[in-house]
Amino acid sequence: MASIEFVRVTKSFEKSSVIDNLNLTIEDGKFTVLVGPSGCGKTTLLRMIAGIGPQSSGEVRIGGKDVSRVPPGKRGVAMVFQNYAIYPTMTVRDNIEFGLKNNRVPKAERTRLVETIGATVGLAGYLDRMPSTLSGGQRQRVALARAMVKEPSVFLMDEPLSNLDAKLRAQMRIELIELHKKLGATFVYVTHDQVEAMSMADTIVLMNEGVIQQEAPPEDVYRDPANLFAAQFIGVPPMNVGELGIDGVRFGFRPESADLAVLSGAERELAAAAAGDPIRPGAGAPKPAGADEARYAFRGRIATREMLGAETLYQVRRDGEPGASFMVKCFADRFAVDQEVELEVPADKLFFFDAAGDRIRRDHPAHDAYVAALCSREPAHA
Amino acid sequence: MPSRGWWPLLRPYVMIAPAMAGIGLFVLYPIFYLIKLSFYKYNLMNKAKSKYIGLDNYHQIFTRGDFYQALGNTALYTVGVVVCTMVLSLLAALWLKRKSRWNRIVQAGIFTPHIVSIVSIALLWMWLMEPNQGLLNYLFKLFGLPPSAWLQSSKTALLSVILVSVWQGIGYYTLIIVAALQSIPPTIYEAAALDNASRTNVFFRITLPLLSPQLFFILVIMTIGSFKVFDTVQVMTGGGPNGATSTIVYYIYQFRTTNIGYSAATGVVLMAIIGLLTFLYFRLLARKVHYQ
Repeated sequence: MASIEFVRVTKSFEKSSVIDNLNLTIEDGKFTVLVGPSGCGKTTLLRMIAGIGPQSSGEVRIGGKDVSRVPPGKRGVAMVFQNYAIYPTMTVRDNIEFGLKNNRVPKAERTRLVETIGATVGLAGYLDRMPSTLSGGQRQRVALARAMVKEPSVFLMDEPLSNLDAKLRAQMRIELIELHKKLGATFVYVTHDQVEAMSMADTIVLMNEGVIQQEAPPEDVYRDPANLFAAQFIGVPPMNVGELGIDGVRFGFRPESADLAVLSGAERELAAAAAGDPIRPGAGAPKPAGADEARYAFRGRIATREMLGAETLYQVRRDGEPGASFMVKCFADRFAVDQEVELEVPADKLFFFDAAGDRIRRDHPAHDAYVAALCSREPAHA
Repeated sequence: MPSRGWWPLLRPYVMIAPAMAGIGLFVLYPIFYLIKLSFYKYNLMNKAKSKYIGLDNYHQIFTRGDFYQALGNTALYTVGVVVCTMVLSLLAALWLKRKSRWNRIVQAGIFTPHIVSIVSIALLWMWLMEPNQGLLNYLFKLFGLPPSAWLQSSKTALLSVILVSVWQGIGYYTLIIVAALQSIPPTIYEAAALDNASRTNVFFRITLPLLSPQLFFILVIMTIGSFKVFDTVQVMTGGGPNGATSTIVYYIYQFRTTNIGYSAATGVVLMAIIGLLTFLYFRLLARKVHYQ
């Protein structure tokens, strides 16, 4: 029973406004991730929900009730801070118990809760230790236990994994997903790491400069980005983007959408000849199969190769042409640096963005014209 | 060149020799000389007539009423100064912890007495406390309060000296506590707000324990300093009236020419008292101090 709503919310610090007239609804019981580059206002939103950095104007509602005048401790929310904010002068037990004591929970009940939660997060043997004797991962768990013990309807997390090492972070990601499933509470999670957003979220709220760019499940944000920012923020490596040269439109494709092929000697000669022949037909010509399908083709040299285990990243570049460089992700490791290759992207894997960066979808009247323009380009053209 | 055999063994001692010479000459020698003096009936005019008298000086100290009076005054003075200064500078620091221009001005203001010579401050306060023409009694009369004799009555003299010392010390200690308060991460207070903690709970469970290293330091430093108070007493009262403000150091000073052996013995006793107090502080309080 705790959906969160922002209604025409504005937040300004001193003179600059960080968030202007924002509306957002966070569904009850969902794992929502607020993601964006630093300074985009995601933590500001989180602090408004908690009540520790109230909005300048507008309403924040928790469970349908305006909480603008409710103090942080009475909103039914718990928060895990980036630096954990553990009380350094109290033992682990006192840390977890502090909120319960303030809420006048009877002692027997308190002890029972602390012991169970302590065991749940794997701190059973550490309850009487001081936080300074714990490792980073254990402190993280204290912060988590302190939030869980209050049985809040809303969990707020401000980059809680950013101080952990990579291995522990991956482990904690899975534990948080399981925790959310078990508790069924509303989780609001702030991160600048798109991997965390993709792996944990039910809904991603992607923000930039105080404005929500896209609000959708992770797979939709990935497959159907609303704009150029969303396309380039989500995905490793980010979406390849190039200029179409018409109306300031840009095209893009995911690194794994491209197929790579080595140019054979004959093809290379043909290509060289074609380059000097102005009446040569469209880009499909040097390609033996699948010529009926529209494809974007690009020829270049493999500049770098990154072998990542399951997949390999290639940077295909044509020297001396700025912007003529694309990342390609292959699951087979068949190419070497300095090979001449041709990169092909099927038309249905191409994305188009207008001059303002907004997506031009398939149903847009000019979409097919842009596809045709791009796919009829010379492979040797920038 | 010295051979390889003994030089590595000797090198560390050679390296620390200059510092050790300094400590020996300026710390250990004076202390041992003071202790040696305390066993003598020392004659300043003719050293040859000095006489070893064993523990007689100490025996005399512990049987004389004026020593106990000085000790009592010193203890009262110390308790008064330490308690008042700590409470007031803590309150001032809590008030001044927010960084604003006005707070910086106030902080600079209350720090100013620290850079003024204590003698000037003592003279200024003597003038303010003058019973007939002084500003303080004028203000008392203005608000319908009975005037006080301040330094000129044995009832109020010690209190007046305490007042001046507290007034002079607050700014410095406030500065230390403000710095400590500002180093507490704000997220801890935010976490406490989310834990629904009341203001008193936040103060006693979070702020005070986090300040404990600084408060403990101030407590030890101020106790030692207050036990050795001299300048305010010397300038403002000369130990009077009727020994009401005579402190141990002033007591030592009184015998500087007439009986240097006796005054040396009192100095040794003072050293022992301060050492014992500091030891007690560490034994009783160090466990409650939270070091990060």
